[in-house]
Amino acid sequence: MSTKLIYFAWVRERIGKPEEDVELPAGIETVADLLRWLKSRGEEYENALQYPDVIRVAINQEHVGHREKIAGAREIALFPPMTGG
Amino acid sequence: MAGAVVPAIRIQREDFDVAAEIAALTRGRADIGAVVTFSGLCRDEQGALSALELEHYPGMAEAEIGRIAAEAVERWPLQGLTIIHRHGKIAPGENIVLVVAASSHRQAAFEAANFLMDYLKSRAPFWKKEHHADGSQGGWVEAKEADDRAADRWTKPGG
Repeated sequence: MSTKLIYFAWVRERIGKPEEDVELPAGIETVADLLRWLKSRGEEYENALQYPDVIRVAINQEHVGHREKIAGAREIALFPPMTGG
Repeated sequence: MAGAVVPAIRIQREDFDVAAEIAALTRGRADIGAVVTFSGLCRDEQGALSALELEHYPGMAEAEIGRIAAEAVERWPLQGLTIIHRHGKIAPGENIVLVVAASSHRQAAFEAANFLMDYLKSRAPFWKKEHHADGSQGGWVEAKEADDRAADRWTKPGG
């Protein structure tokens, strides 16, 4: 099953695309696992996810912490802390 | 108790009219005693900025603001609530965000509007990018720790 990843703001700019569909390898269970795996996919990911602790994540359009399990996620979004309002 | 208020939430590129939004919330009603509005505007930072560009997460922006609004409606006895957040390129002096909270008494309206703005700032999926007036490359606005603290103060200890 493929998972849709969506990026916003400087995460999007550094990775160089707004979204992509990925096949998650076995063993990627949590958000933290996903961030670690993505970071290893190339220089642009390394650059975007250099400090994974600051990256905010939403699964199926709801905020989640980095320990959240990602099983069943259709859409996972990665973005910097929000600056709206 | 009257039926629960259904908040009006709009995410839009266009500007809004504050007076028209207040009128829409209060028209034909005699039970509202207090309306608090908060408008957030784009500043030019002493002439340094030509615009702010607001990126948002379509779908989640509506959903998250809906969740924040539902919490406000649960915590305060509101009789009406409108939240509008713009996206796209916004020039200095233009509106960015609007919260209109209506209640029988002012305290609930003030507190709900304050709570909503604190939560919108730290949880609504919007990001501001600066456009510099001198044409140089602008950057993304950094989140302020003070905004997170402001949101945290609404969380009761142990709650």
